[in-house]
Amino acid sequence: MKITVEEDKCCGAGQCVLVAPEVFDQRDDDGIVVVLHQTPPQEQYENVREAAAVCPAAAIEVHE
Amino acid sequence: MTWPRSVVVVGASAAGLAAAEGLRRQGYDGSLTLIGEESHAPYDRPPLSKQLLAGSWEADRTALRTPEVLSGLDLELRLGSAATGLDTRAREVVLADGSRVAYEGLVIATGTRARRLPGTDGVPGVHVLRTLEDALALRAQLALAPHLVIVGGGFVGAEAAAVARGLGCEVTLVTDAPQPMSDALGSDIGAVLRQVHTEHGVKVVTGVLAERILIDGGRATGVVLSDGRTVSAGAVLVGIGAVPNTEWLAGSGIPLGNGIECDATLRAGDGVWAAGDVASWPDPLTGARTRVEHRTNAGEQGLAAARNLLAEPGAAVPFSTVPYVWSDQYDLKIQIHGRTGGADRIALVDGSLDARKFTALYGRDGHVCGAVGVNMLRPLRALRPLVADRVPWDEALAAGAVEPPHGEPIPGAIPESAIPEPTGGAR
Ligand SMILES: Cc1cc2nc3c(=O)[nH]c(=O)nc-3n(C[C@H](O)[C@H](O)[C@H](O)COP(=O)(O)OP(=O)(O)OC[C@H]3O[C@@H](n4cnc5c(N)ncnc54)[C@H](O)[C@@H]3O)c2cc1C
Ligand code: SF4
Repeated sequence: MKITVEEDKCCGAGQCVLVAPEVFDQRDDDGIVVVLHQTPPQEQYENVREAAAVCPAAAIEVHE
Repeated sequence: MTWPRSVVVVGASAAGLAAAEGLRRQGYDGSLTLIGEESHAPYDRPPLSKQLLAGSWEADRTALRTPEVLSGLDLELRLGSAATGLDTRAREVVLADGSRVAYEGLVIATGTRARRLPGTDGVPGVHVLRTLEDALALRAQLALAPHLVIVGGGFVGAEAAAVARGLGCEVTLVTDAPQPMSDALGSDIGAVLRQVHTEHGVKVVTGVLAERILIDGGRATGVVLSDGRTVSAGAVLVGIGAVPNTEWLAGSGIPLGNGIECDATLRAGDGVWAAGDVASWPDPLTGARTRVEHRTNAGEQGLAAARNLLAEPGAAVPFSTVPYVWSDQYDLKIQIHGRTGGADRIALVDGSLDARKFTALYGRDGHVCGAVGVNMLRPLRALRPLVADRVPWDEALAAGAVEPPHGEPIPGAIPESAIPEPTGGAR
């Protein structure tokens, strides 16, 4: 699994961090998403899919 | 999977798409039909009053999924076809062209439409902002730099005001509330927003209603206010809220009120679920029937409806959420967790109103009910658990060096007028 994000879509909602805190974080200043593991470990797959699904800006793409 | 063999989702936008994706992610491999009235593939609405209106995005950037991802869902996508009726006995959705689509499971995600001022339908120069076409039409108007009069001081009106100023339009914002967005934020923070808009050159007129629109030579030329004044206008944007799209369900037996009246699991009838702006459900957190008009809720409810639709009998889970909404205006990023409408106290946690960088907690009946942040995105997230757990107010204050705005003593020191009005819809 590989994760890409479109930073200029991200609205800083932080929903991804709530769902998958081990994979996503937010920048301090503008809240834009930071991907901690571009290729996350398998046990995170379900969380990552959920994060992509609930992101209100459709900013996260998951390639499997 | 023996049941269902066919699922139909009506409404091809945020909630409908989330339901369709949720079904596939749960392993549903039967037939899946997504029906949408609009001719576009699912697109996102929040950018319509932001990046799209400002011209920094073109229409294609609002698409929610790439064509490849969409086709990977193995959907029958029926765009440009409105559902006009529902036969719950035969389990069929009736479409505008008379055809019928049979379902075993149905998810209704038909959302809301913009409320209009009576008698202004189709009048040139009068705009609403709900669809891609609406946004493109308004954008084309704004390019002519008209005097834009915005009726309504909610999120959409306030965002459009910011964009229109950026494009060099003269802007007047008219709202019957005491401050812009004060129904969501309370009048203290509403006053801060008013100040920001005023500094950017928006004329903010509060506490008056727009009574009617003046039409001359077939075009809108002004707005008549309830205090007798007339504001001349080159274009008018009406942003006075939204109406659930439920008329097509009349006579179907689906319970309707302010939206589709689902049970706690978002079920609205035999094999029928609802999600998104159109769905009203008894929120287990507050015990009150609630309809949320926020983008995140559309995604969450779409997924929840999909899960519950596929669950074994009796295994459906009540839907529960901490509502979240954001708004971008000028360089302000405003975010709200929880419910601020009906709060009876507000306390500042971090930053200051003057610096336009702060977080604040909202309380009701002795418990935290909401958290608001302006330009403090990560610190605000830290307050979310207080909202989710409805922590007792005193405990929240003790935990987080909370000061009241303007240094007034806590609790209850915020003037009555500073407290948000309880609202039905959350947006
Ligand atoms: C300009 C604007 C800006 C916004 N900004 C924000 C924001 O910053 N943050 C935020 O949280 N929220 C924002 N929102 C709210 C957010 O967009 C909505 O909560 C979200 O779109 C709800 O999704 P939905 O799928 O439930 O409904 P909708 O988006 O309303 O979609 C319903 C779909 O169903 C279709 N439909 C309706 N009737 C029928 C029928 N009979 N047959 C077939 N199809 C039908 C409609 O054409 C529509 O495509 C904004 C909304 C607008 C309009
Ligand atoms: S959920 Fe989406 S919009 Fe929110 S921070 Fe994560 S990527 Fe950005």
